Amino acid sequence: MLLIEIKPDTCDFCGCCVGVCPEDAIELQEARISIIEERCTNCAKCVWVCPFEVLLFNKPQKKKAEA
Amino acid sequence: MKQEYDVIVVGAGPAGSTCARYAAAQGASVVVLEKDRDVGMPVRCGEAVSNRSLEKIVDIDPRWIAATIKRFRLVSPSGHIVEPDLGGHGYVLERRLFDYDLARLAVEAGAEVHTKSYVDGLLSGADGCHGVTLSWKGERREIRGRIIVGADGVESRVGKWAGIDTTTHLRDMETCAQMTLSNVDLEDDACEFYFGNDTAPMGYLWVFPKGNGMANVGVGISGMASKKRAAIRYLQDFVARRFPGAGVLTTVAGGVPCAITVDTLVKGNVLLIGDAAHQVNPMSGGGITSGMFGGKMAGEAIARALQRDDLSLLQEYPRQWEKDIGAKHGTYHRMKSAVYKFPDETLDDIARSVLALKPEKRTIWGVFRTALRHQPALVWEMVKVFGLGR
Repeated sequence: MLLIEIKPDTCDFCGCCVGVCPEDAIELQEARISIIEERCTNCAKCVWVCPFEVLLFNKPQKKKAEA
Repeated sequence: MKQEYDVIVVGAGPAGSTCARYAAAQGASVVVLEKDRDVGMPVRCGEAVSNRSLEKIVDIDPRWIAATIKRFRLVSPSGHIVEPDLGGHGYVLERRLFDYDLARLAVEAGAEVHTKSYVDGLLSGADGCHGVTLSWKGERREIRGRIIVGADGVESRVGKWAGIDTTTHLRDMETCAQMTLSNVDLEDDACEFYFGNDTAPMGYLWVFPKGNGMANVGVGISGMASKKRAAIRYLQDFVARRFPGAGVLTTVAGGVPCAITVDTLVKGNVLLIGDAAHQVNPMSGGGITSGMFGGKMAGEAIARALQRDDLSLLQEYPRQWEKDIGAKHGTYHRMKSAVYKFPDETLDDIARSVLALKPEKRTIWGVFRTALRHQPALVWEMVKVFGLGR
């Protein structure tokens, strides 16, 4: 399940996230960005590295309930 | 756009355009494919270069120069200001014009440049790679090429598709936020660098003049630090404090791979140059001229390989890169790794020690020697970093 989310409209399309993605799981065009769900392992490196805090990591609901 | 070229260059930044220029000048048919609608835009860069490096690689057009830099001002966490002797001068460029002109030089040498050309894969067969797939103004295309050059920047994917690991480690990715400010009061010949955990953890904040009361102000912090707080927040804090009356003309994000060069620059007929190859000075984060040198070396090797119809001649490019620049970048990377561990108090101590030197001894190396002499602990740190591995 994809846990990474890209906030629409705030991305600057700089490619920082693509540079750290070990799975080649981000598709970045001039002003369009998307995560390739089949490749993403939810490692969250893209979330940590984003200069503008555009990427979010949505914790899975189940774990929350357990904690 | 033709269906076949000798050389396909992906990306029209300074490295890609320079590679295309050198290959085309020797008679190769070259196409440069740029994903954006314009070359040189948006500017994701501090725009500073040293005059000596730039002069070596291109005839400088005065229109590119926004400011000529005579002084470096290094500001320690608690505000000690060190001005080391530069032993030369620097420029703050107008990259909107600079990148555009480098592309023009490539075209004048015989290359084609196409914008809105988004390369999304390689055409690969059992015998290697023979072209690229792309979306060109929204239309699906295939172009065949004998040699493919990945000059596709920090977000490079060409290398990955060819089986080269170009992923930047989180620690080495400097994540950047940058503003172009107007209505600022600055000396037009001084570049300022701010260090410290509260200002720019594992990186630095820069204030570069651009003339006419304008400045390129930005911050780069390591991806490790960015986990806790994003680059844009450090920049907003600094600008509010230091330039409360400024107008913000642009705010852009960026990433700089401050790593050692990728271990495979050439694989079969695929070459990597510029940020895509991590050809950035890992200490300063400067990558304009080093990327152009990578592009030139690659372009010349490509021209020779095509003329003699011998792809093994492409290997001259990594050899020359390692000898001229790559080995130095390895050293800078080890230095960076050591300096990043210094706490703020150490940086302040170093600044105080340097200020006690005679002005003529305040060179960059003087700063470094002083750091070692006055901080015996640093010597151990350097020994660890230089001698005993990573």
